[in-house]
Amino acid sequence: MPRIDWLAIAPELVVAITLLVVLAVDLFLPRERKYYVAALAVVGTTLAMVPVILMAVSGDSSSMFDGSYVVDPFALVLKGVFLVAAYLVLLISVSYVESDRFYQGEYYLLLLSSLLGSMVLTSARDLVVLFVALELTTGPLFLLAGWRKGDLRSNEASLKFFIIGVLSTGLMLYGMSLLFGLTGELSFAGIREAIASGGMASEPVLGLAVLLILVGFGFKVSAAPFHFWAPDTYEGSPPPVTAYLSVSSKLAGFVAMLVVIYLALPAATEFWGPALWLMAAVSMTVANLSALRQTHLIRLLAYSSVAQAGFMLVPFAGAAIAEDGLADGLGATVIYLVIYAVMNLGAFAVVIAGGRRSGSYQIADWRGLGSYAPRLGVMLAVFFLSLAGLPPLAGWFAKFVMFRAVLISTGQAGTWLAVIAAVNAVVAFYYYVRVVKSAWFDKAPDAVPEDTETGPTGPLSLAMALSLVVVLVVGAFPGIAAFFGDAAATLVP
Amino acid sequence: MELFESWALSLIVFLPLAGALVALAIPKEREEAVKLWALLVSGITLLLAVIVATRFDFGAAGSFQFEVNLPWIGAIGANYHIGLDGISLPLLVLSALVVVLCVVYSWKHWDEPRNPRAFLILMLILATGMNGTFVALDLVLFFIFFELVLLPMYFMIGIWGDRTMRKIPGFRKEVETRLYAAIKFFIFTLFGSAFMLLGFLALYFKSGSGGQPSTFDIPELIARGHLFQGTFAWLVFGAMFLGFAVKVPMWPFHTWLPDAHTAAPTVGSVLLAAILLKLGSYAFIRISIPILPETAREWAPAIAVLAVIGIIYGSLACLAQTDVKRLIAFSSVGHMGFVMLGIATLTEVGINAAIIGMVAHGLITGLLFFLAGSMHHRYHTREMSRLGGNLKLMPILGGILGFTAMASLGLPGLAGFWGEFMALLGSYQPLPGLSTSFFRTAMVIGAIGTVLTAGYMLWMLQKVNLGEPSSEWRGQTFRDVDRYEMTAWAPLIVLIVAVGVYPKLVLGVTTDAVVGLVETAFRAVGG
Repeated sequence: MPRIDWLAIAPELVVAITLLVVLAVDLFLPRERKYYVAALAVVGTTLAMVPVILMAVSGDSSSMFDGSYVVDPFALVLKGVFLVAAYLVLLISVSYVESDRFYQGEYYLLLLSSLLGSMVLTSARDLVVLFVALELTTGPLFLLAGWRKGDLRSNEASLKFFIIGVLSTGLMLYGMSLLFGLTGELSFAGIREAIASGGMASEPVLGLAVLLILVGFGFKVSAAPFHFWAPDTYEGSPPPVTAYLSVSSKLAGFVAMLVVIYLALPAATEFWGPALWLMAAVSMTVANLSALRQTHLIRLLAYSSVAQAGFMLVPFAGAAIAEDGLADGLGATVIYLVIYAVMNLGAFAVVIAGGRRSGSYQIADWRGLGSYAPRLGVMLAVFFLSLAGLPPLAGWFAKFVMFRAVLISTGQAGTWLAVIAAVNAVVAFYYYVRVVKSAWFDKAPDAVPEDTETGPTGPLSLAMALSLVVVLVVGAFPGIAAFFGDAAATLVP
Repeated sequence: MELFESWALSLIVFLPLAGALVALAIPKEREEAVKLWALLVSGITLLLAVIVATRFDFGAAGSFQFEVNLPWIGAIGANYHIGLDGISLPLLVLSALVVVLCVVYSWKHWDEPRNPRAFLILMLILATGMNGTFVALDLVLFFIFFELVLLPMYFMIGIWGDRTMRKIPGFRKEVETRLYAAIKFFIFTLFGSAFMLLGFLALYFKSGSGGQPSTFDIPELIARGHLFQGTFAWLVFGAMFLGFAVKVPMWPFHTWLPDAHTAAPTVGSVLLAAILLKLGSYAFIRISIPILPETAREWAPAIAVLAVIGIIYGSLACLAQTDVKRLIAFSSVGHMGFVMLGIATLTEVGINAAIIGMVAHGLITGLLFFLAGSMHHRYHTREMSRLGGNLKLMPILGGILGFTAMASLGLPGLAGFWGEFMALLGSYQPLPGLSTSFFRTAMVIGAIGTVLTAGYMLWMLQKVNLGEPSSEWRGQTFRDVDRYEMTAWAPLIVLIVAVGVYPKLVLGVTTDAVVGLVETAFRAVGG
């Protein structure tokens, strides 16, 4: 019987129990009271925060199962982010799921399963746990993407997502098997030592393994050129699921990438450094240029999320170039992830609320939204401009640490990537601001859409209000986000 | 009073922001209450600024006073460091004053679609950004305030701006002036600031190469100026130059300015011209030159060339305008050219010229935009070919216009004279090491610019003010200056005369600080 630290796995246990309770309760609820399930899920995710906070306060790390499962500050920070993101997505989902003929119980069940997967992922310290957790995160989302059964686009979304997901899993597994074959180790620490002691850091096979794994992760985080599934899947999925996809699913990919690269492969910089440099540059540029032409808000956010993935990859490239840059790179990416999670969910909440208010997701149909729904208009401006990185909204700090992590190196490669990122940041402004412009500067249509809201809107408003507070407070006191980044950066050995 | 010393500047910066938040709670329909509140908040801010000015130790104008230095973002070593010296004091007071005058002016003047509450909230946020930029002594803090002004101004132009349709090259259909101007203003400025930020970060990392921890602190960076040398410094100066030059704006980055100034609502144009343009030139004096003095010397001729092109180009462009407001906008390009020429000489005289030029331009061009707005309000056109005989129709307004135009063209005895005169004087004898003949050539061309300035200003006066009113207006009665306008304009008029007659009002504050700056920066080579 291995030693089990019950407090350390308490967050996962709470989520798992909630998941089972949801499954059971759903069976006995009449159709019109299905939203109780949502309340249960919200309570469960809130409760799961308690052990996370307790452990964070005590500051202890815990390692279980021969080091395969570790609860350290890095894991805690990201568990917290995943929980908060899931919490916000649940709030966003309630009225949407209620408003249509959905299978409600199953919806929350799958969302919680995915959450469980991503929470396990943060603690995974060997390839097997990592793989299982990553698949548990994405598996339920294949189903959720096709949740609007009667809608062809939703079917397409699900199918595309599934096929690409399986392909990326295959590539990633192949890479992992090469890595295992080369080093004979599954744990990240073991792989790192094997590479160091065996002098394998520039072995071509290692390069192949690294590249295959990165391609797999590239699909998961939807970085260009592996992003082409994202716009269709995002547009077709139910919007709350899209919100989850663009945040939690992307974050899961990044967490996997962070632990594999910084823990197992810190020596293989000559392979992943240039690859990620290129991926970052291509993601930012391709996605931003594509986003300029979008007229559909969710497709716009899809391309925006690809571009943001590019920005998040920039610190990796910086870490590869700079001496001792690993901790800075890791911290910068985590700070970016934390801020991105909240502001992007806020943006999705606004888009969903605005979509119901104006009856459309076309940017042009949102004209004058600010005049007939000023609160939504203000929120829209705040979240979109925060995504753009305009001070004093939280997004500026994400961009700031990103630039900082890449400029820490004195070489040309870092400077050029910073310049590319700077130009892209300006391009990105244009399309974010275009939405704000439509909502505030354009004249409202003569027949202002009626406020036809019938279902409960409280949870959605709460989600927006919470995100708004975070975006404003973190923008003025970025030390809060930096604290999480510093805590997570202790991961680097 | 110790407490006041440590709180005064923070209050001046954040009181408007707090006021804006409170204004959100006032119902939209209670317009009078919102206006009174905005007046109260901006009035107290001005009062504080004046008290700070009176308590300012003029004997030690070269050092930072009312300093506050608190940890802010520990992880990146950015501090909440603010302070005031002789260079920033006049600009801070100007900024606080202009905001109050704008609130007063807008009392009865609302551009469509009205909504005074939203407009005043934006104006107060803008005030925080402007005041903050002038007192920030930390690069990150400076960056935040520098960017904070963007958003309110973007909304001011975009929502309350000029709604006429215009054919713009590159667009298939006609576009509304305000939309085009707002986005152009936004993107241009952001493009500059993105590179400015890269420059700041590069300075930060390099500042750690001497063994001390890296820092964003401006005085600390000045002290470590020797660490920044060669190509590195050249590139960093270039990156920051992009950011600041767009804001000034220097030729050829100026193209956003005529559009933004013309399209903005009156108050927006006033704030843009009076304060926002100064953020860029102030940043040159506060950041670029003291931190990278040697590189500034290498860049100085280039800056001087661009400045002189700006002077001539701005003046010639003015002569081609048919719209009064656009003419005033282009005149800013010329006037800011003189400011930058002064800075480029890197001498005490030149930098003093730049600061008094900034203050004078803020007063004069601010007033000109007020006047243009009021004329548009009455005639509903700004086409100079349709205007004429303004002096007969509205003697007081026409008189003030004549007076301000004279001040703008640099008539001795009024504020505009000193900036131009001293900038040219500075170019006669630039910093040792800079080519004297080169700068003297710049001086001659600049002097031709002053003649052109006089030319277009008089031409504008002749078109608008003199002559007989055209048949279009004959027989109509126009309401001359009302009391809100008079209240808003009188302080500007008084200050234009005061600074003109007694330039020591500004120079007395700035000189010590400028001498200190130039000596610290160029002492090593006997400057």
